[in-house]
Amino acid sequence: MPDNTLMAADAASSSVCREFTVLELRRTGPESGSPAHSPVGPDQSHWLLDLDLPAGFPGDAGWTPGQFVMLRPVSWSLELLWARPFSICMLENGILRLFFQVVGRGTRAMSALRPGDRVVAWGPLGQGFALEPETPTLLLAGGIGLAPFIGYARRHPQPETLRLFFGHRPEVAEYPLDLLPQEMPIEASRQTCAEELACFVDDLERRIKEYAARQGLILACGPHPFLRAVQGLAMKHRARTQLSLENRMACGVGACLGCVTETTNQTLPVKVCTQGPVFWAEDVHLGGEA
Amino acid sequence: MNLAVEMAGLRLKNPVLTASGTFGYGVEFAAYGDLTALGGIVVKGLSWEPRKGNPMPRVAETPCGMLNAIGLQNIGVHRFVEEKLPLLPWAEVPVIANLYACDVTDFARLGEYLAEQEGVAALEVNISCPNVQAGGILFGQDPEQAARVTRAVKDRAGTKPVIVKLSPNVTDITTVAKAAADGGADILALINTLSGMAVDVRSRRPRLANVIGGLSGPAIKPVGLRCVYQVSRAVDLPIIGLGGIASAEDVLEYILVGAWAVQIGTANFLRPDMAFRIAADLPGLLDELGVTSWGEFRGALRA
Ligand SMILES: Cc1cc2nc3c(=O)[nH]c(=O)nc-3n(C[C@H](O)[C@H](O)[C@H](O)COP(=O)(O)OP(=O)(O)OC[C@H]3O[C@@H](n4cnc5c(N)ncnc54)[C@H](O)[C@@H]3O)c2cc1C
Ligand SMILES: Cc1cc2nc3c(=O)[nH]c(=O)nc-3n(C[C@H](O)[C@H](O)[C@H](O)COP(=O)(O)O)c2cc1C
Ligand code: FES
Repeated sequence: MPDNTLMAADAASSSVCREFTVLELRRTGPESGSPAHSPVGPDQSHWLLDLDLPAGFPGDAGWTPGQFVMLRPVSWSLELLWARPFSICMLENGILRLFFQVVGRGTRAMSALRPGDRVVAWGPLGQGFALEPETPTLLLAGGIGLAPFIGYARRHPQPETLRLFFGHRPEVAEYPLDLLPQEMPIEASRQTCAEELACFVDDLERRIKEYAARQGLILACGPHPFLRAVQGLAMKHRARTQLSLENRMACGVGACLGCVTETTNQTLPVKVCTQGPVFWAEDVHLGGEA
Repeated sequence: MNLAVEMAGLRLKNPVLTASGTFGYGVEFAAYGDLTALGGIVVKGLSWEPRKGNPMPRVAETPCGMLNAIGLQNIGVHRFVEEKLPLLPWAEVPVIANLYACDVTDFARLGEYLAEQEGVAALEVNISCPNVQAGGILFGQDPEQAARVTRAVKDRAGTKPVIVKLSPNVTDITTVAKAAADGGADILALINTLSGMAVDVRSRRPRLANVIGGLSGPAIKPVGLRCVYQVSRAVDLPIIGLGGIASAEDVLEYILVGAWAVQIGTANFLRPDMAFRIAADLPGLLDELGVTSWGEFRGALRA
């Protein structure tokens, strides 16, 4: 990561800020399942949000999978101040689709959006994933970390070179796996207890080792502990691996310095929103924030 | 109405500036609006050497506001002048450098170096660093120290206006304001963030690694208005008001209590075109209110 590319990432931005109209908001997963009885928390609901692309927002060709948008519904009061970052799940045929999970106040308020509601969003932001059409590529998704890989796999010129290994805690039916290309093999693995998690990490290691031996490319997105596990294994087996970080963001445009992370080759912390969110595993220190 | 404001030789085409630390080095916002439509751009606080800032997490959202403990991460004044300043349209919009140092000598050399740069229209002195020599008390909390720092920068600033940015974390802000005026300040800017904290009852941890941070955003607007009101009556210097401004109406509230111009800070995070929108909304609102000149409206609060 030489300095000049970092600067280019800061200055050369084709992103814009626009008001979008909500076309559809759809809950995924079994309607009947009461979220209150989920083994993993009070509300784990997952949603697909379709937004009508306004004039001037980059379309199908104007983004790279792994990039994200900042989104703030117009109706939000000043109580919820910041916009929230979401990976671009799909950007096709004039529709921007996001896939999100309710984890807090903002995402809960988003789950109450209705068709016709207006949201402000800016993007596409950040640096997306590497794309090497000929290289065997392993996608490692943890939970909601699936979102950017839907776009990645759909945009990939040779999805048959891809394989998705997907770890999740909520039921697999919560995730819109039907949006993924048919040609891509998918392995989903649910973890509801510590033993299952240990098995999952063993499985992860086996696959990372295999792709390292094949000179493959590994891309990972998911919660912090998951990324830390992937990073450790990738370093151990010298696997070419990229990680997409989910640091807390206030501005998304590189202005506030609230989202930074330490790297191995820069003296100052780097901004995850503009210089990431995707980093090579050996370049980045996954510090404190869980 | 003519929106232009002139104060201490600083010419602004309108009174809407951006606040230091919330608008990066300006270039980050070029995609979201016409930088030259702003009254001015105040860039991220600059120190002599680059600074790494504080550990993460260093921002937290709070009701109608946010806390930050960025710790003045910045690329240092030399890289700013070489890499960022040339990218800014400084010939058309005043670029104001915000300076940060922890001793008087450092403040002086920063001021001197920045004042020599053609693209820098004015210096804004951030006096919220603890002065180690004075036992850790903030420069901005001790009138005598505030006057010393102001004098040190003013003496080296040549013809460039010196703006002193005041902290609200004091018992009587007018005392520090008067001290800065005595030190030779041309303009006062207020307010900087309010000291605050946020905690997470589940993890039993503070939400910031630094525990304490600076509160900003709409939550602090009443404090900012009060400070501008008090200082405008106590000190005969132009004032730039800030704190929680998120609309053209908020801008006029500040001008009504005595500000000459304002800065948009945290509201830039609500949407990156916020400052541009506020500047664009201003003429319509003035029309609606029947305001025909700043001179008539400024400080015209019926109290
Ligand atoms: C680049 C990037 C891309 C992202 N893409 C997606 C996406 O496609 N879909 C999606 O659902 N989310 C995504 N996220 C995460 C999303 O931004 C957060 O879930 C959201 O900001 C939470 O807002 P909130 O107001 O609901 O939570 P808050 O009220 O801010 O926080 C509530 C609770 O949720 C926890 N929390 C906050 N963020 C996360 C998180 N990332 N993961 C788990 N818990 C969290 C907090 O620690 C807190 O305990 C992405 C984040 C980044 C940085
Ligand atoms: C993330 C962040 C970084 C800041 N950095 C600086 C800084 O470098 N120098 C400074 O004088 N003020 C800094 N401030 C303070 C703002 O310039 C402003 O005084 C304060 O946020 C109040 O205005 P607001 O409520 O409109 O944000 C910072 C504020 C925030 C939120
Ligand atoms: S979110 Fe503001 S700098 Fe990255």
